[in-house]
Amino acid sequence: MIRRAPRSLAEHAPILFPALMLIVFFVIPFSLMIAVSVARRVPGGFYEPDFVFANYERFLTAFFGGVLAFSLELAGLVAVLAVGVAFPFTYRLARLPRAAQVRWLVFLLSILSLSEVIIGFAWSTLLSRTAGITNLFVALGLMAEAQSLTPSFGALLAGMVYQAFPYTVLVLYPALARLDPSLVEAARTLGSSPVRAFFTVVVPALRSTIVATLIMAFVFALGSYLLPQLLGRPQHWTLSVLITDQAIYQSNMPFAAAMAVFLVLVSLALVALALLAGRRKEEA
Amino acid sequence: MSALVLDGLTKRYGSFVAVHGASLRIPHGRFVCLLGPSGCGKTTLLRMIAGLEEPSGGRLSIDDRDITDTPAHKREFGMVFQSLALFPHLTAGENIAYPLRIRGASSAEQRRRAGELLELVRLPGAADRPVSKLSGGQRQRVAIARALALEPKLFLLDEPLSALDAKLREAMQIELKQLQRRLGVTTIVVTHDQREAMTMADMVVVMSQGRIHQAAPPMEVYRRPADAFVADFIGLTNLLDGAVAAPGVVAVPGGTLALPDLPPQGRVLLSIRPEDVLLRPTGEAGPNRLHGTLSFVRDLGASVEFRVDVAGTEIIALARPQDRPAVEPGGAVTVELPASACVVLPPGGERPS
Amino acid sequence: MARKLNAFIAGLIALLLSAPILVVAGVSVNAKRSLDFPPKGFSLAWYAEVFTDPGWRGALVASLVVAVLSAALAVAIAFPLAWFLWRWRAPWARAFEMLGMTPFILPPVITALGFLSFWTTFDQYGAPWTVVVSHAVFFVTLPLVTLSMGFAAVDRSYVEAASTMGADDRTVLRTVVMPLVRPYVISGFAFAFVLSLNEYIVAYMVVGFTLETLPIKIFNALRYGYTPTMAAVTVLFVLLTGLVFGLIARFGDLPRLLGAWARHD
Repeated sequence: MIRRAPRSLAEHAPILFPALMLIVFFVIPFSLMIAVSVARRVPGGFYEPDFVFANYERFLTAFFGGVLAFSLELAGLVAVLAVGVAFPFTYRLARLPRAAQVRWLVFLLSILSLSEVIIGFAWSTLLSRTAGITNLFVALGLMAEAQSLTPSFGALLAGMVYQAFPYTVLVLYPALARLDPSLVEAARTLGSSPVRAFFTVVVPALRSTIVATLIMAFVFALGSYLLPQLLGRPQHWTLSVLITDQAIYQSNMPFAAAMAVFLVLVSLALVALALLAGRRKEEA
Repeated sequence: MSALVLDGLTKRYGSFVAVHGASLRIPHGRFVCLLGPSGCGKTTLLRMIAGLEEPSGGRLSIDDRDITDTPAHKREFGMVFQSLALFPHLTAGENIAYPLRIRGASSAEQRRRAGELLELVRLPGAADRPVSKLSGGQRQRVAIARALALEPKLFLLDEPLSALDAKLREAMQIELKQLQRRLGVTTIVVTHDQREAMTMADMVVVMSQGRIHQAAPPMEVYRRPADAFVADFIGLTNLLDGAVAAPGVVAVPGGTLALPDLPPQGRVLLSIRPEDVLLRPTGEAGPNRLHGTLSFVRDLGASVEFRVDVAGTEIIALARPQDRPAVEPGGAVTVELPASACVVLPPGGERPS
Repeated sequence: MARKLNAFIAGLIALLLSAPILVVAGVSVNAKRSLDFPPKGFSLAWYAEVFTDPGWRGALVASLVVAVLSAALAVAIAFPLAWFLWRWRAPWARAFEMLGMTPFILPPVITALGFLSFWTTFDQYGAPWTVVVSHAVFFVTLPLVTLSMGFAAVDRSYVEAASTMGADDRTVLRTVVMPLVRPYVISGFAFAFVLSLNEYIVAYMVVGFTLETLPIKIFNALRYGYTPTMAAVTVLFVLLTGLVFGLIARFGDLPRLLGAWARHD
């Protein structure tokens, strides 16, 4: 078997099905969405093909600006908190015995793949008045009577960090698992305490990994759709919620598509930035 | 006469030429070693013969049938890989029976043939062992048995013994040679170890920088190297720059030598093996003698090595311990370079580093 | 001292991560139809209801069917692509690999909206099979990643050895490559299966009003108020998810799948 460029049709055949599937069911829907974003809305009906930027102009309204700013702030805050906790955690995780690592990874993967619905429901239960954590505080004498902590910004933030944490750990895991242990050992033999070695050797060595992970966690948080509805108040609704609302309940596909295209551009720019940060690390 | 014929086989990777117009004719039943330093193109040449690389130029034929464009799986050659490439998901027996299995042989037939081949490589009863449970030497034998399972027209081995320790390697070299003799299969082995090549081959093909320098029986390669590279790569040799001074006479550092086979004029290179250099009593007159100073002596057990400085050129001589002259380093010595032992080579050319 | 602190922090994080699930597990065994923790009384009736109530059972079956079919389709798309990229030297085909990675990186609402536009345009909006295709394309990233790793782990000399013994491409794939990449096929399928099982927004946008998958059913039920059944379903889901990943870890090299070096390094 010689690995060369494929020549005959038979040699190309295996890629036909995947290529077709990805083009028909990803490229076309995506392009369609872009086309819809410049279409004209027909009230009561659906939309008509056109080439107008009216849908994009609505971005300039104060309401939309507010939602956008809140979405970005929330995602940023979630990313910082998640990476802040996940980085030292993953550093320790990657140094555990293998069997313990596997147990943690199974646990984290299980939480990561939990439906947003389930996470939202679980957190709203945990923060509820009748079954929530405040009952524990009352029992411990820290609180006079149980109260509901949801919906609130704090509840939303907790739920989103909870959701983003396993994702962040798994994004960080390869870099930290492959980190040369002699780096830290060298610092230790030079007289650094473990904490000092962590901050003076590990963190600087992985600075670009951290930046890339922050961006990935940011994009991940940007995609959160159900938690703002389940744990937050209406003023905490994000762009993802707004897009769904416009598409499903307001039947305004063109505007929803325009917002989605905008979200794609923001996300792609950020992912490109993350890849760039990651590449710089490899060159260093 | 049927044979494997390489006609100007060339492999280029971009501007890099890995194999440069290799032409060779290998008669049936020969044991051929492709020998050269790493990166000389010997493995690439073997892989082209196996059909695992596409030649950029040239033709390849066997028994007068052109197989240049025949894919590897239709060539019916057996090959042993450097990594051995034993399938980790199969047992030793299943590995050996693999070529039979994919041709639809019955499982009884597969078992029978695997057992037979395991006998052949002196590993009876190992059929049900997983590959991971075998020692290095045992894996070697399984890989050889697997390559021979279909009685191939051509048996190819890419540095097959390089993973073994020195002692086992020597034993396997002899065993491989005996096996090949018994089966009479045309065999091509790639190696960088000249001892290995000398032990096994009927024909040694010396390669360097993508070119074949010489293809000849081992003793001929040793005694009559084609150029400075071959002379220096195979064993140890003394290389002396010379200039033809008169018909049959060449001037070398420290004197002149009378030799047959000299070109009428110009520069030449002389190669003489250390064991052919004779040490003579100081000042004794005779043909082809050079006078110099003994710079270094070391005992190698079976022989004694002398390094003699002749007019700034070092000549190495090997003597039996009992022939050792009573000279201390720094003393004057005379060496004789017998005309029959001197090989006249073209001047210049590439030498091993 | 430092070790104790580390163990304490690890324990705290484990507790924080499990707390919401533990509380849900607690309320799921309440004897009464109220949201109470610690539970008042003990009853497994709500678990039984998941299987006896036609609505919940239907949602469970729908989710499982969608997850199995879409994971199988995702593997069917990813396998030939990953194999092709490994087998042939075709830099242009990397574009399809990137295409396969994109839906997983972008916010899911975008892919969801893309599918909504697509299925409505072609008049298939709401047809149950559309969610299978949508999930398969949405989650194709997972088998694509695991299979790329699987193929990369196959030593090419195995393939060369097989071909010198007379195996053509198809035979090599069947007798050598396939047995070696099988664990990666299974883990790719399992990842896609679990994520499809839990996926909400794509399913909701594509078939939200015609086919109730479990996440959709839970969300809809939440809007009409709490029932302990949803807690029971949640616990079952968590257990199933944990079980699948546990099996991947049991039969595959999980750290390597997630990007650590191979075991022998």
